[in-house]
Amino acid sequence: MRVALFITCISDSLTPEVGRSTVEVLERLGHEVVFPPEQTCCGQMHLNSGYREEADRLGERFMRIFDGFDTIVAPSSSCVGTMRELHPELHGRLFEFSELLVTRLGVTDVGASFPHRVAYHATCHSLRLTAIGDAPLRLLDAVAGLERVELSEERECCGFGGTFAIENADTSTAMVIDKCAEIAASGAGVVTAVDSSCLMQIGGRLSREGAAVRTMHLAEILNQTAA
Amino acid sequence: MSATARPFPEAAHDALRDAQLRSNLFVATQTIRDKRNQVVGELSDWEELREAGRAIKADVLANLDRYLLQFEQAVADAGGQVHWAADAGEANQVVLDVARAHGVTELVKVKSLTTDEIGLNAALEAGGVSAIETDLAELILQLGGDWSSHILVPAIHRNRTEIRDIFRATIADDALSDDPGELAEASRTYLRERFLTARMAVSGANFGVAETGTVCVVESEGNGRMCTTLPPVLVTILGIEKLIPSFADLEVFLQLLPRSSTGERMNPYTSLWTGVNAADGPQEFHVVLLDAGRTNALADTVGRQALHCIRCSACLNVCPVYSRTGGQAYGSIYPGPIGAILTPLLYGVEHAPTLPFASSLCGACYEVCPVKIDIPSVLLHLRAKAVESAGKPSLTMAAAGWLFGGRRRFAAAQRLGRLAQRPLIRAGKIRRLPPPLDAWTRTRDLRPLAGESFREWWERRG
Repeated sequence: MRVALFITCISDSLTPEVGRSTVEVLERLGHEVVFPPEQTCCGQMHLNSGYREEADRLGERFMRIFDGFDTIVAPSSSCVGTMRELHPELHGRLFEFSELLVTRLGVTDVGASFPHRVAYHATCHSLRLTAIGDAPLRLLDAVAGLERVELSEERECCGFGGTFAIENADTSTAMVIDKCAEIAASGAGVVTAVDSSCLMQIGGRLSREGAAVRTMHLAEILNQTAA
Repeated sequence: MSATARPFPEAAHDALRDAQLRSNLFVATQTIRDKRNQVVGELSDWEELREAGRAIKADVLANLDRYLLQFEQAVADAGGQVHWAADAGEANQVVLDVARAHGVTELVKVKSLTTDEIGLNAALEAGGVSAIETDLAELILQLGGDWSSHILVPAIHRNRTEIRDIFRATIADDALSDDPGELAEASRTYLRERFLTARMAVSGANFGVAETGTVCVVESEGNGRMCTTLPPVLVTILGIEKLIPSFADLEVFLQLLPRSSTGERMNPYTSLWTGVNAADGPQEFHVVLLDAGRTNALADTVGRQALHCIRCSACLNVCPVYSRTGGQAYGSIYPGPIGAILTPLLYGVEHAPTLPFASSLCGACYEVCPVKIDIPSVLLHLRAKAVESAGKPSLTMAAAGWLFGGRRRFAAAQRLGRLAQRPLIRAGKIRRLPPPLDAWTRTRDLRPLAGESFREWWERRG
C-alpha cells in the first residue's frame, strides 16, 4: 500500500527518529511511504490557543497538500484526532500509526524485538478523541521479549495540553509529577505512548528528576529488531 | 457575582502549595469517582440515558419561550406566584420583598448554587434579613466566613479539626471534639431550632416541570425537606434552564443525577411540590424565574449546551486540573470544567478570560457528563472568543502561523532554532530558557531541536 506520511511539526523538529521509525516499520512490512514535502503543521496549536483563523488556514493547507492520497498516517493521535474532528471527510483516510497497522492493515506482529519492561501511557487524545482502542497494546504485546507493566492511573492526563503546559505551568507540573510517580512505581525502564508531545512532557520531567526511565514513541519500539 | 477575581494560573499557584487541600481533594475526588464508576457500570442503558438527557435538554432550550409560559401558567393554576427576574438584583429584591411583607428577619435556606450565584445571602443581610444555610457543608462555610470549593461537596477543602474550630467559635462550646458524631450533633441541635421557628424558607431547584408546575429538589440530608415543608412561606429561585417538559422526564434525570453526582443509585430525599395545598406544607409559594445571563448563553450556538448542566459535578471529580487545584482557584461559583465554560458564557468571556484556558483538554469531563456537554469543544470556542475580546493577538502565535505557512520558512526556522539553542544546551538537554518559555524549564527539561530534522533526513535518503 502507498501511504502518505504526515510527520507533525513536533516530530519533524524535535523527534525525527519517530518519523524515521514510522517509515522503516511500514517499509519493512512492504508498504511504500511518501512524504509530501510542503507539509508543516496541522494547526492544532493555533486552534487550542484560540487562533481559529490561523488554525483554519493551516488545516486547509493540510487538506490541499494531502489531496489525492487515499491513506495518510501520522505518529500522533492528537493531530489525527483534531484533523478528523475539523474535517470529518478524513475518517477512513487519516490514521494514527498504531491504528493504521492494526485496524487498516490488520497487523499486530511487526517482527519487533525489545527485551525491556515497558509502561504504556494512554494519551488523552488517543483514548477519547481518536479512540484508537487497544491497538497500541496489541502491537506491544506482540513484540518479542517485551514485558508490559501497567500504570495505576492509566487514564489520567500527563498535563501537557499544548500551551497549557506553559500558561498553567504549575498545574501542568503537578500533573506530570504524579504521572512520573506512577511510572516509577510501575518499575518500567521505558515509558511509551503514541504522541511525541505527551512524551516531551513526561520525558522532560523524568529528566529533571534524574530518573533512569527513558521515553520512547511506540513507533521507535516497533522499529527495534533482534540484531 | 464579579465573575473571576484573579487569573486562574495565579490562584492555582497558591492552591497547589496547600498540602492539606491537595490531600483532601485527592481522597474525596477519587472516592466519588470510584463510586460513580461502579453505579454507572451497573446500568446497561447508561449511554441511552445520557442521550435521552441530552435530547430533553436540547428540546427545552430550543422551545424555552413556550415551556416557560406553560410553567408559569401551571404554577399559577396550582396557587403559586411567579416572578420574572432579568438579573441578580431583581431576583434578590423579590425575596426581600416577600420577607418584608411577612415581617421576617431570619429565614432558612436549602443549599442552592443559584442563590450563591446571585449573592442572595449578602443582599438579604444588607436588607436586614439573615439567611441560615441548613445543608451541613454550607453551614460550615457560612459559619467560617468561607466559600464553596465544590458543587456537591462545598467544604471539601475543610477537615474535621478545622470544622470543630469553626463550630467552637460559633454554635458550640469548647467541649466539642472533632468526632464526626459530635460535630453532626452540634449542627443538628443548632439547625433543628431554626427549622422549627423559621417562618420563611428559600430554595433553589433541580428541576421545574413545565407541564404541571411542579418543582423538584434533590438532596441527601433531609434539610431540604424541612425547609420546603415546615415554614409557611417558601420562595424558590429557578434558573430558566432548569425546566423539563413533563413529569415523566424526571424518570431520566432522577437516574442520571444521583449516579453521576454522589455515586448513589438513588438520592435520599427527593422533594416534589406543586403550588400550595391547604392541607399541608407552605401556604404561600413563590417562584422566581431567573435569567441572569442565561439568555446570553442561549444566544451562543456552540456554548448553549452548557445550559444542559444538571449540576451533578461528575466533571469536577474526573478533572485532572480541578482535582489538584480545587474549586476556589476558579474564582467562580461554578468551578471545574463546567465552571470554566458556564462562567464565561453567563458573564461574558471578558470577565473570566483565563477560565477557558484552565484545561489540558483531556476530555475526561465530556466522557462522564450525564447530559453530554462537549466541554472541550466549548472551551476551544471560548478560547477563540477570549483572544478576540482581548484585542491584542500574541505576536508569537502570529509568527508561528506565518512560519507554518510555507515549507521553506519552516525549514529555515528549524535551522535558525538549532543555532540559537546552542548556548543553552548542557549535556544534551535544555535546562533553562528565557521567558515565557522559562515556565516550562523551571520544572522540566527540554529536548533540543534535533541536529537533523526529519525532512532533512528524508531528502538525504533520496
